[in-house]
Amino acid sequence: MTEVLVLIDHVDGTPKKVSFELLALAKTLGSPSAVVLGAGGSKTVDALKAFGADKIYLDESSDHDEFLVGTKAALLAQLVASASPTAVLVPATAEGKEVGARLAVKTGGGLLTDAVGVTTDLVAEQPIIGGSVVVSSKVATGTPIIAVRANSTAPVEADGAGAVENVSVTASDADKAARVTERVVEAKGGRPDLGEASIVVSGGRGVGSPENFSIIEALADSLGAAVGASRAATDAGWYPHQNQVGQTGRTVSPQLYIAAGISGAIQHRAGMQTSKTIVAINKDPEAPIFELADFGLVGDLNTVVPALTEEILKRKG
Amino acid sequence: MNIVVLVKQVPDTWAERKLSESDKTLDRASVDVVMNEIDEYAVEEALRLKEAQGGEVTILTMGPERAIETIRKALSMGADKAVHLTDDALKGSDAVQTSAALAKVLEGLEWDLVIAGSEATDSRMAIMGALLAERLGKPQLTGARKLTVDGGKAVIERQTDNGYAVVEASLPAIVSVVEKINEPRYPSFKGIMAAKSKPLDTKSLADTGLDAGSVGLASAPSQVVSFSNKPPRQAGQVVKDEGDGGSKVAEFLASQKFV
Ligand SMILES: Cc1cc2nc3c(=O)[nH]c(=O)nc-3n(C[C@H](O)[C@H](O)[C@H](O)COP(=O)(O)OP(=O)(O)OC[C@H]3O[C@@H](n4cnc5c(N)ncnc54)[C@H](O)[C@@H]3O)c2cc1C
Ligand SMILES: Nc1ncnc2c1ncn2[C@@H]1O[C@H](COP(=O)(O)O)[C@@H](O)[C@H]1O
Repeated sequence: MTEVLVLIDHVDGTPKKVSFELLALAKTLGSPSAVVLGAGGSKTVDALKAFGADKIYLDESSDHDEFLVGTKAALLAQLVASASPTAVLVPATAEGKEVGARLAVKTGGGLLTDAVGVTTDLVAEQPIIGGSVVVSSKVATGTPIIAVRANSTAPVEADGAGAVENVSVTASDADKAARVTERVVEAKGGRPDLGEASIVVSGGRGVGSPENFSIIEALADSLGAAVGASRAATDAGWYPHQNQVGQTGRTVSPQLYIAAGISGAIQHRAGMQTSKTIVAINKDPEAPIFELADFGLVGDLNTVVPALTEEILKRKG
Repeated sequence: MNIVVLVKQVPDTWAERKLSESDKTLDRASVDVVMNEIDEYAVEEALRLKEAQGGEVTILTMGPERAIETIRKALSMGADKAVHLTDDALKGSDAVQTSAALAKVLEGLEWDLVIAGSEATDSRMAIMGALLAERLGKPQLTGARKLTVDGGKAVIERQTDNGYAVVEASLPAIVSVVEKINEPRYPSFKGIMAAKSKPLDTKSLADTGLDAGSVGLASAPSQVVSFSNKPPRQAGQVVKDEGDGGSKVAEFLASQKFV
């Protein structure tokens, strides 16, 4: 069976959930080969095998952490040449899409981004124009490179062969032209990653202050959810920028999205409107967010959100 | 310092956008069009650098004839001149092909920095900066929420999933910006008048040296097979809080098996 390369997204050897989802998808298309790059890579091996990786290409070179995107694309291009895979799957994150883009130029292949499904004949399903149109696309030249969104499919435990093959990148100067000199973590610890969480609770200007975001966090914690924010909230410095959901923030597609004190501007919708179920809490009955909410509550979030948290905790016992 | 800003004309996000039944490309003819919003931030950043360090700002747009309106807007904000790549043969080009055409034009211009927006509201691919860096063999400084240029070097703060990364490179470099970077100016009346007489170089595909068979819909590496319009999201139930709002929402969540 031919290989399907999967670029593994990991933080110091802990794979993100989307990596397991991509392995499950790869298994429907061929034999899943994980590609693990950067520091800590070897720590991922057992987990990747347990989720179906037949092969694990490993390159722990610090180049992949030190330089932006280029060396990862270079290594994948080497593997495309040596393994002739059926397809290359990358996560549809900002970086994953950029790796895919550079790989497409290097290999002369085509790139499909933001897929939410891929059929066995490599037709990708992509929601466009805010999810109002779904297109089925395929790559017509070269090796198909497909960037797949988190939460598109469920991870499947499947014992793969897990054969580790050490590889090393031969990168050009151009691949190493942009150097990462510092990485600053501003994350609020302990919650699921925003891009992968199955429930997201977001707060906007209506939350009113940085301190008051604690009621949003408490609601999120009662549901095991990630916390998001509108641009109004991140610009005001109430919540970190990386938690911004929207056109220039993260695009999320969870099972449940709860928006509290968010009006529903078009740029915010761009990042959340393909969520399966949307709940809105807003004191203005005219707020546009209600147009896309499956359930809307007109009320003051200062009383509704804490009451909701309490009720959820009570129901969960 | 000479800067080329990549500006795209896109359908207004508020307008109803649809795919054309005949060739499955975005219907750009029948809708209101605007400058891609984030590209205004790219123009602004270039103008600020020019004001601080001198040089020239050139707008580069690939798009149909009417994209000229968008180019004019960028010129009226204060850019010095523009290049408009327009040719019927380019219609339907995908991002990879567009980057080939833009790269050819960029090879013929003098620049220290290319500044793009991070993402176009129509394609939402957010990859043009990476594609051009790869094609031109120049550093990729993409997703910048802050940009400093000093002594032949550019440094950005790139937004990441859990914070930010500081990334640096020598000039010339390809930068893309997010909306945190600045607050774009409005064109002044004087700027609007001045834009009318600023140099505009219109290029055809032949000027790029690319073969017509390598661009456009028919040869695009990615092809749309089919599409379906989903019924618009129906607004669900909206209820008013009467002191029991929290439990009403909880009831809904329970009915959907979230709790
Ligand atoms: C280039 C560009 C990119 C952008 N990218 C993004 C993006 O990625 N993400 C994003 O979110 N925005 C983005 N925006 C900004 C967007 O246009 C809106 O300005 C922003 O989303 C508004 O945030 P908000 O809904 O929190 O604030 P507002 O629009 O001010 O809405 C606040 C809401 O809270 C409600 N409210 C107030 N008090 C209470 C209370 N006590 N209880 C309940 N409800 C209350 C109000 O009724 C109101 O509806 C972008 C804009 C531009 C120009
Ligand atoms: N046809 C085009 N002409 C000029 N610039 C473009 C074009 N397409 C994309 N860009 C630039 O690339 C950025 C990102 O676009 P995209 O990768 O398509 O999301 C945009 O914000 C523009 O700055």
